[in-house]
Amino acid sequence: MTTVVVVGATSGIGEAIGRELASAGFDLVLAGRERTRLEASARDLETRFGIRAGVQTFEALEFDAHDTWTEKCARIAGVPIDGMVLCYGVMEEESVAAADGRIARSMIDVNFSSAVCLLDRMADDLKKRGAGFLCAVTSVAGDRGRASNAHYAATKAGLSAYLSGLRGQLAPVGVSVIDVRPGTIDTKLTYGRPSLFLISTPERVAKDTLRGIRRNRAVVYTPGFWRIIMFLIRHLPDFLFRRLGV
Amino acid sequence: MTETTSQRFVRRPLSGWGGTPIEECDVYRPETVAEFRALVAHAPQATLTPRGCGRSYGDAALNGTGAVMLSERLNRMVSFDAETGVLRCDAAVTLSNIIEHFLPIGFFFPVTPGTKNISVGGAIAADVHGKNHNSSGSMSACVRGFKLLTGRDEILDCSRVDHPEAFWATVGGMGLTGVILEAELQLRSVESAFVQAENERFANLDQLLERMEDRDAEFEYSVAWVDSLARGASLGRSVLTRANHASPSALSGRLREQPFPDRQHRQHRRHRRRRRRRRLRVPFYLPNATLNPVSIKVLNALFYALHPASTWIAGCDEFFYTLDAIEDWNRAYGRQGVLQYQCVIPEAEARAGLIALLETFASSGLGSFLTVLKSLGGASKGLLSFPMPGKTLALDVPNSGPEVRELFRRLDEIVLQHGGRTYLAKDACMSRETFERMYPRLDEFREAKAILDPASRFASSLSDRLGLTGSSS
Repeated sequence: MTTVVVVGATSGIGEAIGRELASAGFDLVLAGRERTRLEASARDLETRFGIRAGVQTFEALEFDAHDTWTEKCARIAGVPIDGMVLCYGVMEEESVAAADGRIARSMIDVNFSSAVCLLDRMADDLKKRGAGFLCAVTSVAGDRGRASNAHYAATKAGLSAYLSGLRGQLAPVGVSVIDVRPGTIDTKLTYGRPSLFLISTPERVAKDTLRGIRRNRAVVYTPGFWRIIMFLIRHLPDFLFRRLGV
Repeated sequence: MTETTSQRFVRRPLSGWGGTPIEECDVYRPETVAEFRALVAHAPQATLTPRGCGRSYGDAALNGTGAVMLSERLNRMVSFDAETGVLRCDAAVTLSNIIEHFLPIGFFFPVTPGTKNISVGGAIAADVHGKNHNSSGSMSACVRGFKLLTGRDEILDCSRVDHPEAFWATVGGMGLTGVILEAELQLRSVESAFVQAENERFANLDQLLERMEDRDAEFEYSVAWVDSLARGASLGRSVLTRANHASPSALSGRLREQPFPDRQHRQHRRHRRRRRRRRLRVPFYLPNATLNPVSIKVLNALFYALHPASTWIAGCDEFFYTLDAIEDWNRAYGRQGVLQYQCVIPEAEARAGLIALLETFASSGLGSFLTVLKSLGGASKGLLSFPMPGKTLALDVPNSGPEVRELFRRLDEIVLQHGGRTYLAKDACMSRETFERMYPRLDEFREAKAILDPASRFASSLSDRLGLTGSSS
């Protein structure tokens, strides 16, 4: 049995990833902020799929607690943890983040700093065991900062850069690192907002994530066509990119 | 910031499964029970309509003057007892979810409507019935209880014992008494995931009705397809399909050893790279005229010719949910949509009523391909529930123009004459006067609604049209 921790399990994407992993027979520890919602999700997965699902609360910004946190998860599961999927994050409006340093900093801390620190601790555990995987949901936004999302894009770009480096460190010991980059996804975050285009579902992200984990892909774009779009966007000359006005 | 300002809505055109009428609605998608409560208490729109999978045909889950609340995010299962078959789950869990997870361990849904893509909440609100209504009753028979968020911002635990008046008003109450949040259901155990079915063909209505009486007790499931365009001596020519759950001993070799599908995750491991099964779908709206009286006549004749007497073994999915195999099949009717007419005629009047209905329909110059006739057993105690002992006839008519509504009005008169009623979950046309004559327990329903929802917070285009809510009520 493989046991996986899903951090941010009550987010739209986290919930879908939990279902996908459970349907593939993984045991889970669901982590997030609200215990009651986590427990409801855990019961759901146990009822549907007959797997074991534990619950552990998590506060991204309580950095001191990170040190012992992975241990707690292992205790909840009753077995060592084999992998972690990290799918929490916040998205503040660009104007709001730009106007208020505290909001900008808290977004950076949640999306980037806390993720890095938590993955470091999990990496320690997995290194000792010489197996397992670390997977984090970043965003296609991180591939190139746009005028309308500079701060958010930067947090995701930073995380992607870290994952790429971490992959180099952990590959020799047999731990894989997967960077999942979704496009615009229909979740609570985006519902009712004027949509850009090409909205996809959390279920699709979850399927692609599981496949990425199984096939040990370095970077997973989901849906896959984003790989081509982002390739083009990354290689667009700056004077053209600016004119797109996005 | 209050709870509501954080809940955004999308204004978009919405319709029922029939694709007509289409209304611009404000659509919310609450994520939690708390968000549902906040909407009921504070949403700026005057009235609210809960909506599950949107599989009712007409305007039951539309609200052009208020707002629609999608229940889809309330989709968790709470518990399942494999000893007793009792399942607790959120309202937006679908029949399809339930079958997917519990058929592999020997449990099946006791009620089998024509599609499994319906939510538990919607099924309760419409008190749906299936091909086994005769033996198993309607949805309410397998509902042990539910949590109801009322218009008074309270959550009631309703069952036959606790708040029975709320229970029987909500069962079949079309979402007008509140939001069903969670339900406790009694699943049934089956010996295999297969049914043993047989077809018989009849040249006219009398032969069919006689046969439906005869040996009816031997079969759990029974449904007849009727050629709606046959007239004169062959009025009501039909194909009767009856079935029982197959015992493993009736299955052949490999299936006998493994009479249930695998639970999903085991399958995954065995066939990691298993090809995804492509589902059929109607990729776009076909031209409006695709299904016209002439093409329907040809299809009907073909259907009849291709279904001689036979017996066969079929998977539950294939047998009960034939149309689910084709995604978005309603698009075959074009953008004009399809209007469904389903009525029930009490047993004593059934023959005369059916003859009058079929004759009126066949001479109308309109066509219906999916014409279905079933027996209904005992009436449900739901105040607005549809079933009563008798025969039910359902017609799918392409919405080709005002003549369809005119025809339905004439059919309504026939149904009234014979003491029957039409089904609210399918209806998009009925008048308030007709409705009031068809549903004798309407006053009791109004009383119950006044108590559960004194400010008339819950309404829909259907309830406004039928005078259940709105200024005229």
